Amino acid sequence: MADRYTQLVNTPIGRIVSKQIGLPTPTPLERYKPGQPVFDGPVLLGASSGGTLVGAAAKVLAAIGATVHTPLQEEARQAAADADIEAPIFNPEVASEEDRFKALVFDASGIADSAQLREAYEFFHPTIRRVRSSGRVIVLGRPHEDCETPQAAVAQRAIEGLGRSIGKEVRRGATAQLIYVAPGAEGQIESSLRFFLSPKSAYVSGQVVRVGTANASWEGIDWERPLAGKVALVTGASRGIGESIAEVLARDGAHVVGVDVPAQERELERVTGRLRGSSLTLDITDPDAPERIASHLLEHHGGVDVVIHNAGVTRDKTLGRMNEEQWQTVIEINLIAPQRIDRALFERQAIRQNGRIVLVSSISGIAGNAGQTNYATSKAGIIGIVSAYGPGVAQRGVTLNAVAPGFIETQMTAAMPIATREAGRRMNSLSQGGLPVDVAETIAWFASPASAGVHGNITRVCGQSMIGA
Amino acid sequence: MTTNGRRVAVLGGIRIPFARQNGPYARASNQDMLTATLDALVDKYGLQGEVLGEVAAGGVLKHSRDFNLTRECVLGSKLAPETPAYDVQQACGTGLETTILVANKIALGQVEAAVAGGFDTTSDAPIAVNEDLRQVLLEANRAKSNAQRLKALAKIRPQHIVPQIPRNAEPHTGLSMGEHQAITTKEWGIGREEQDELAVASHRNLAAAYDTGFQDDLVVPFLGLERDQNLRPDTSVEKLAKLKPVFGGENGTMTAGNSTPLTDGASAVLLASEQWASERGIPVQAYLLDAETAAVDYVHKREGLLMAPTYAVPRLLARHGLTLQDFDFYEIHEAFASQVLCTLRAWEDPVYCKERLGLEQPLGSIDRDKLNVRGGSLAAGHPFGATGGKIVGVLAKLLHEQGSGRGLISICAAGGMGVTAIMEAA
Repeated sequence: MADRYTQLVNTPIGRIVSKQIGLPTPTPLERYKPGQPVFDGPVLLGASSGGTLVGAAAKVLAAIGATVHTPLQEEARQAAADADIEAPIFNPEVASEEDRFKALVFDASGIADSAQLREAYEFFHPTIRRVRSSGRVIVLGRPHEDCETPQAAVAQRAIEGLGRSIGKEVRRGATAQLIYVAPGAEGQIESSLRFFLSPKSAYVSGQVVRVGTANASWEGIDWERPLAGKVALVTGASRGIGESIAEVLARDGAHVVGVDVPAQERELERVTGRLRGSSLTLDITDPDAPERIASHLLEHHGGVDVVIHNAGVTRDKTLGRMNEEQWQTVIEINLIAPQRIDRALFERQAIRQNGRIVLVSSISGIAGNAGQTNYATSKAGIIGIVSAYGPGVAQRGVTLNAVAPGFIETQMTAAMPIATREAGRRMNSLSQGGLPVDVAETIAWFASPASAGVHGNITRVCGQSMIGA
Repeated sequence: MTTNGRRVAVLGGIRIPFARQNGPYARASNQDMLTATLDALVDKYGLQGEVLGEVAAGGVLKHSRDFNLTRECVLGSKLAPETPAYDVQQACGTGLETTILVANKIALGQVEAAVAGGFDTTSDAPIAVNEDLRQVLLEANRAKSNAQRLKALAKIRPQHIVPQIPRNAEPHTGLSMGEHQAITTKEWGIGREEQDELAVASHRNLAAAYDTGFQDDLVVPFLGLERDQNLRPDTSVEKLAKLKPVFGGENGTMTAGNSTPLTDGASAVLLASEQWASERGIPVQAYLLDAETAAVDYVHKREGLLMAPTYAVPRLLARHGLTLQDFDFYEIHEAFASQVLCTLRAWEDPVYCKERLGLEQPLGSIDRDKLNVRGGSLAAGHPFGATGGKIVGVLAKLLHEQGSGRGLISICAAGGMGVTAIMEAA
């Protein structure tokens, strides 16, 4: 649900007033409802000459059943034909103003030097203003470290600036992302394309995502219930973002094991009961908590497939006024506990093959925040966990990623002073706060069995906040 | 045709210059034009008093009284009156379809030599009485008594004076051919400049064909006209760029410069068995190898009205194990510059070739220097029925002059049809 300001400026009078005095006019974002298509409306699929990802993108679009148009571009036309898509041609020279797209997908992987970046301009220049409300722009590239020449590496790195800027230019709730696909990982992009095309990614914009190679197979996956038969552990599941995570993972078919402190037992049971999951009450900072969690999962479920480290607290004070307990509590809950739990789960071999671990970082962890030295330290540490433990867990066939929420409408943000709250809400490309479900959907994308190639990402769920960008 | 039966020799063609609507041929009838053309063919090949196997010709705009027009023309020509004849109508494909029909009879040994032709006048067009008036007159005609007759005739009203003029519109959609093609043009993203460039090349090539004498034995003067009236040797992309769009709305790309104008004219081609030709000492210019006609459902299936040739050609190629690149000349009828460009683009397009034509690979591009090398309909004009004969005559001579090679003909036609053929040098 949109905040009051968003509701107000979207009334007929509010729209006029806000336009006259130059106030931000956030568009109510489309959000996913079960059973609805990945997205509605035509998509324009383009490619740079020599692009090698457009074929994989076309196959995904065909699987979604999207109406695909392409420019008169060799690779794009061939890709459409190979995917058996009867794609109409889009020529901006003769297109009418009514020709608008729900999504623009551009394969920039063929761009081999900086001069060829022009092809990205040529694709987006006549199309960027044809993106519909809550539209999607997705650029596909190659990781610069995998490029064969320095010239290509420079050009592929340059595309980051393009993707992020498009995110800031598109209007009416539209988002833009760049997906770097490693060589050989072409077959791994489906879950990411589906997520970023769909309303599930409503509050994610301006992100750079990496998709790598993977051995896992998800043939025959039910995209409506990708987690069917899976067990998901969610810490801090009794309320707020954690509750939303539990709901979304359950919707996707997972059996959710909710964890929270004994004081939250009733709320936790209310959530897991509703979701037909199970609950485990304990304090994750207790010395025996990791062992108890591992034992519980092994005894009752034979292991776990998805681990979501959501539990977190704030104890905001400027550093000079912060007492040691305030510092230590935050570090222990937010940063130490996830590491201990993961270690125990691995040691007990509780995490099954093709498992998923997702951590919750924060914009504060990226940008730092006055009054949150403890919190920001813990959340920056989460990013450290992803990079430090990533390679190790990958060897065990497990992916490790983190979300970094920005301003999410929760009880916590509702309690903020109005000036701080409004600044947080509006200072992003979508001019509004996100909802807990936006974080949950992003986590569900990481958690999907089809996201085997999505590893080592810190994905912000912040509406492309200016903070820390 | 070698595919089935005897080889069919194309001995050559002739035509009168094409005139713009209400130009020099304003008072010439279809019969005048075809008779003059047949006589020119007789003169060219010394066929005075000859009994030929048959003459097949046709046109789109005909008076109802002209039910046996080609036969009437034969009777008025220098051919022997014992030469049978018949009329054919397949819109803009008429001239090529008549060629195919007589060629088939030659291949089967049913006839030895025949003339195929076509004609059309948009000036001396048939005008029908008002449809309501026609019903009244027919009712009066059915009346048994004078009283009944008077009662019927009393229904005549002043508005019945408005006659019914032939319209260049598809009966099933009510859209004119240009409006249909404007949809296809937009669908294929064909720009204005490339259309104008094609039109300029058409004029330049046709002008050169006249200047170099190529047309000398292909075109005979008629009613004081020596060259095609529509030909503008000095036209340019800059000049054409100034024209306003006539189809596709304000932002359309199709203009009077890159669409063919309404035109009057006639053409004829002489075809025969090899034996007949050698007995008379007439050199064989080319052989008609094979032909294919296709139609598309432009009414229900979102097909382009003029895209049927894109279907016909791959079938023709497959039958002979040829690729689109295996030709020395491409004669693609320029109904509109964009029709040619849409056709070529469709053959290059992996999506269209796979999804519509059912081909694994696109047919690919052609060498544009081999396209309509002696000009096309944009320069010469397009009297509907006469275009096929004009093209067969030009291609036969091109192949004859080169002494080797192969040519492809592709003609789009109203009603969502396309007539195509392959010719080989003799």
